[in-house]
Amino acid sequence: MLELVFFSTLNGLVYGTLLFMLASGLTLIFGMMGVLNFAHAAFYMLGAYFAYTISLYTGFWPGLVVAPLAVGLLGALTERYGLRLVHRFGHVAELIFTFGVAIVIGEIVQLVWGRPAKSYEVPAVLDFPLFQLFRSSFPAYKAFMLGISAAIFLFLFAILTRTRAGLIIQASLTHPGTVGMLGHNVPRIFMIVFGIGSALAGLAGVIAGPVLGTFPGMAQVLGSIVFVVVVIGGLGSLTGAFVASVLIGIVQTFAVALNISVGGVASAVGIPVESLPALHDLWRVTVAQVAPILPYVLLVLVLIVRPTGLFGTRES
Amino acid sequence: MSTPAPAAARSVSQADATRPSPLRLYGLWVAAAVVLAVLPYVLRAPAAVPVVNQMGIAVVFALSYNMLLGQGGMLSFGHAVYFGFGGFFAAHALNLAARQGLWLPVPLVPIMGGLGGLLFAAVVGSFSTNRAGTVFAMISLGIAEMMAASSLIFDRFFGGEEGITTNRAKAASLGGLSFTTDRDVYYLIAFWALVSAGVMYGFSRTPAGRMANAVRDNPERAEFVGYSQRWVRYVSFCASGLFAGVAGGLFAVNYEILTAENMGLGASGAVLLMTYIGGIGTFAGPILGAIVFTFLQSMLSDYTSVWLLYLGLVFLAVVLFVPFGLAGVLAMHGPASRNRRLGRLVGPYAAAAAVMLIAVIGLIGCLEMVYFFVSAPAGQVTKRLFWLTVNVRTATPWLAFLALIVLGGLGMRWAGPRAAAAFADANLQHPDR
Repeated sequence: MLELVFFSTLNGLVYGTLLFMLASGLTLIFGMMGVLNFAHAAFYMLGAYFAYTISLYTGFWPGLVVAPLAVGLLGALTERYGLRLVHRFGHVAELIFTFGVAIVIGEIVQLVWGRPAKSYEVPAVLDFPLFQLFRSSFPAYKAFMLGISAAIFLFLFAILTRTRAGLIIQASLTHPGTVGMLGHNVPRIFMIVFGIGSALAGLAGVIAGPVLGTFPGMAQVLGSIVFVVVVIGGLGSLTGAFVASVLIGIVQTFAVALNISVGGVASAVGIPVESLPALHDLWRVTVAQVAPILPYVLLVLVLIVRPTGLFGTRES
Repeated sequence: MSTPAPAAARSVSQADATRPSPLRLYGLWVAAAVVLAVLPYVLRAPAAVPVVNQMGIAVVFALSYNMLLGQGGMLSFGHAVYFGFGGFFAAHALNLAARQGLWLPVPLVPIMGGLGGLLFAAVVGSFSTNRAGTVFAMISLGIAEMMAASSLIFDRFFGGEEGITTNRAKAASLGGLSFTTDRDVYYLIAFWALVSAGVMYGFSRTPAGRMANAVRDNPERAEFVGYSQRWVRYVSFCASGLFAGVAGGLFAVNYEILTAENMGLGASGAVLLMTYIGGIGTFAGPILGAIVFTFLQSMLSDYTSVWLLYLGLVFLAVVLFVPFGLAGVLAMHGPASRNRRLGRLVGPYAAAAAVMLIAVIGLIGCLEMVYFFVSAPAGQVTKRLFWLTVNVRTATPWLAFLALIVLGGLGMRWAGPRAAAAFADANLQHPDR
């Protein structure tokens, strides 16, 4: 039991901080432009595929730097030559535009790299168990992921709160008009933030690709979950995104590890549920089976009870 | 300045100014009925009728979606849930009828689908319509993901991975009607599509439909007039779920199988795509979008394996350049047509279309060559493309198609502004009016 709790917590933290790397960019972009960027997970996928292609020629490490930069550049171009044009048609058009970008990127990935999963591997230097506890071991690569995520979090936090550029970004989150009056080029700030957000998503793809798999569906696997994180944390709130990422990460890893069904619990307490065959499916469902639904249940509940999210201050 | 959904605002304005003659009111519907009645006799190709059936289902689905997006201002990412739920409901009802547990002739099955969709929409809408905007969109996404995952868990109702199959031949017959061929089913679908479209059009003219427009444009003012914005959205949402369910019921009758995929995110995305391409600002937009989308889907997939990429690019182009959709573009030419100046547009438009065609041919050539380069069997280097045979291992075809893109792009810079200027000129008020 202790083993399960320990490793589930660790894995939850790794997954949660990975989610945060995606969610931080998404929530910053939303806070600034009011756009939920549907293409965000597509940029994450591009990061993994770019890094895979680079790793074929030079090994893992150059991809860690080059792939996020390339994805960030693509993101900035998408903002400059796409999103900015759609802006005058309102938020719904912007949302739908990013939805279209996500589809097109997904199709281009299938066109260029094909449908089967790519064997993007953990680098040999990090391919060993870091430590062994009870009967399970913890891979060094996951510790590396955790380290990178933590470093990114600290880096972002420092930039946003301690530097002049960070202050301007924070100011344009809430008062874009005033920042523009002070002589800053707000559209260019938007473009840069969009680029940085995309680069972070790309970086998440680079380090997650070897563990979660590099395949055309990888954007869909994480895409909706990241939305859940951002909405639960509160749209535009970086702290909220962090708390919600870790929360969702831990909830999901624990739920997968538990094999308890409603019917099992009920019969253990002494309620004869088997006498209601109409709801047979419901009693048989285990917590592990429900795990994929849990984040969405949480999302809907949070939106009903507190539409601003846990740490947010506004709805849209 | 924020201009939310400029095209959408138009749907309200032009009505009610003068009461049109009965011919104008009903003529279009009668004409549609006549066209639908003779269509199977005009279409000679055997593969055409199934495609038209698919279009009919898509039309009802897209119209029901536009009740939310266009008329109610609610962006949903999970509309296929109501389509799928209605479909499963109808399929189970049909199976029950086949076991003599229920008197339900095939023509009435779509009603069961509608009931299923309505039922589910009434439950979900009770909490999701509290707010519009991002909150509504996110709840719809959450519900869609929940249902996608649930459909694999509750396999009594959703049939797990294989889905639910049914058989329309076993149900009771109504007045000796049997539904064995595609053409029989065509008339059933055409009938229900026409009825649904009529009722949905009627709904948009009722006070409830008008208030949906008002709440979309300015919820606060609607509240001051004395309407609860929540309630108005709830009514629209339930009506939309009802017709999505009817479409699902038609799907169940036509294909006799429903799987989890029919209510997944892909299906929800497709209905958003077709509605938006058609145009959310006019009633006819989704109809046009559904027909064009289904046509492209069935035609393109015969010719190329990357058809979804082309569809995505078309979608992006629509969002970027014609956010009013295809029907919106047609409607924009109303003033020019009344001015009798459409003729002046032919030349500039033809020039723009010609250069665009050049760029599109270049793009298609490049994309098809990339696809061939990546996924062709080893050793095969030549591909038939348009009217040529090209060798993808040589630089010449790549350079040629890239040159076409550049050429077309430069041409657009020349022809585009000219077409726009001609359009503006044709729309000017005619001097002697």
